[in-house]
Amino acid sequence: MAYQFDFTDVILKGIAITVELTIVGGLVGVSLGILCAWARALGPKWVRPIVAAYLELIRNTPFMIQLFFIFFGLPSTGLHLNELVAANIAMVINLGAYSAEIIRAGIQATPRGQFEAGASLAMSPIQTFRHVILVPSLQRIWPALSSQVIIVMLGSAVVSQIAAEDLTFASNFIQSRTFRAFEAYFLTTLVYLLLAILLRAAMRGIGAIIFPRRRRA
Amino acid sequence: MLRRHFIAIAAATIAASATLTGVAHADALADITKSGTLKVAVPQDFPPFGSVGADMAPQGYDIDMANLIGSKLGVKVELVPVTSANRIPYLQTKKVDLVISSLGKNPDREKVIDFSTPYAPFYNGVFAPADLAVKSAADLSGKTIAVTRGAVEDLELTKVAPADATIKRYEDNNGTISAFLSGQVDAVATGNVVAAAIIEKNPPKKPEMKFLIKNSPCYVGLNKDEPALLEKVNAIIADAKKDGSLNKIAEKWLHATLPADL
Repeated sequence: MAYQFDFTDVILKGIAITVELTIVGGLVGVSLGILCAWARALGPKWVRPIVAAYLELIRNTPFMIQLFFIFFGLPSTGLHLNELVAANIAMVINLGAYSAEIIRAGIQATPRGQFEAGASLAMSPIQTFRHVILVPSLQRIWPALSSQVIIVMLGSAVVSQIAAEDLTFASNFIQSRTFRAFEAYFLTTLVYLLLAILLRAAMRGIGAIIFPRRRRA
Repeated sequence: MLRRHFIAIAAATIAASATLTGVAHADALADITKSGTLKVAVPQDFPPFGSVGADMAPQGYDIDMANLIGSKLGVKVELVPVTSANRIPYLQTKKVDLVISSLGKNPDREKVIDFSTPYAPFYNGVFAPADLAVKSAADLSGKTIAVTRGAVEDLELTKVAPADATIKRYEDNNGTISAFLSGQVDAVATGNVVAAAIIEKNPPKKPEMKFLIKNSPCYVGLNKDEPALLEKVNAIIADAKKDGSLNKIAEKWLHATLPADL
């Protein structure tokens, strides 16, 4: 009469949530990163300190505290976010800050002549940024950015602390129901490894699409 | 002469038989009364039942209970700090007369020691603010409940909660409590001791007991075959329940009145 729990569902749901967090966090986070990198390197003077403050705040505090602040802290101000929304926002602002600094490094490594070349072709500053600066910059820092996305994917494990039912939650849940720590965490380790390998391959694939036939370093 | 001899012999016989009886059935109650001290095993790491106060003196529900029994017996109380692992061995080796250490009853323990009537409530239940109308597990339909993952209340609630109730499982009690206090969940399933700890902080949301999940009250533990002591302790507990002194202890440490069925 002992109740049965179908652990397959828990694991599949956990994988789905981890993948969802990574995709949303990756796409929105890197977009935010590009925006912040532009603002900090080339944006209006008054925007730069604001963006710098955001980057420093996020890059110098633990991810878990950011997550707890959003989930447990913000309700005091009347803003109730459920654990998935809170987790997504935390992932986005975290990856946004880290990727901004990586992309800014790429932008600042762009030779001055490229800006001038863009201007001499009568491109607007935005057009210059988009076609002449950004894409080569991204290509330069693509491997570092890929690693950062993977780090954030692995870091998403802490969202189980706010009861978001991600892959880590699934393994903790199974462990607490069966006390089979080895099996539960071994399986999770393999799944994270597989996800990381797939994510790296995906990043490489995206890179091949964005940077076709450019010089290979 | 004969008469005087008879009395002397009779007295000697009575004295001898009394001594023999004393050896055969050591009466712990008589020993306590004779020595004038009651040695009680109490916790020192389990608030609110027993902890060390700012003045380094032990304090808590169990300490107050020990002092209550001591004063009713008219003897001095000697508190012996124990851990949950060694409290029963302390009793069995007669290092203490009573264990008042948030001790629950189970068949294994009943084989080796005796239990008084319960003196303190200890249960898991679903708690929520007063304005949430929940009286049973079925009422949790559509509600979100926080539990600490893997705890007894998690396992039990998972069995009884309706399918459309959402159980949010947090890593530890702090997460569970924070989720409740920040309003991320409607209710929380936890122990009455944890609920008391929340109420102590005087939060805007006061967890109120809605329904019981698992009841395991605390008993005074004593050695087997001590009917006189057992009867005396039970009588003291019964009196304390009747005259309200036990309820006062419960309100002081657990911030809740004693359940009527204890």
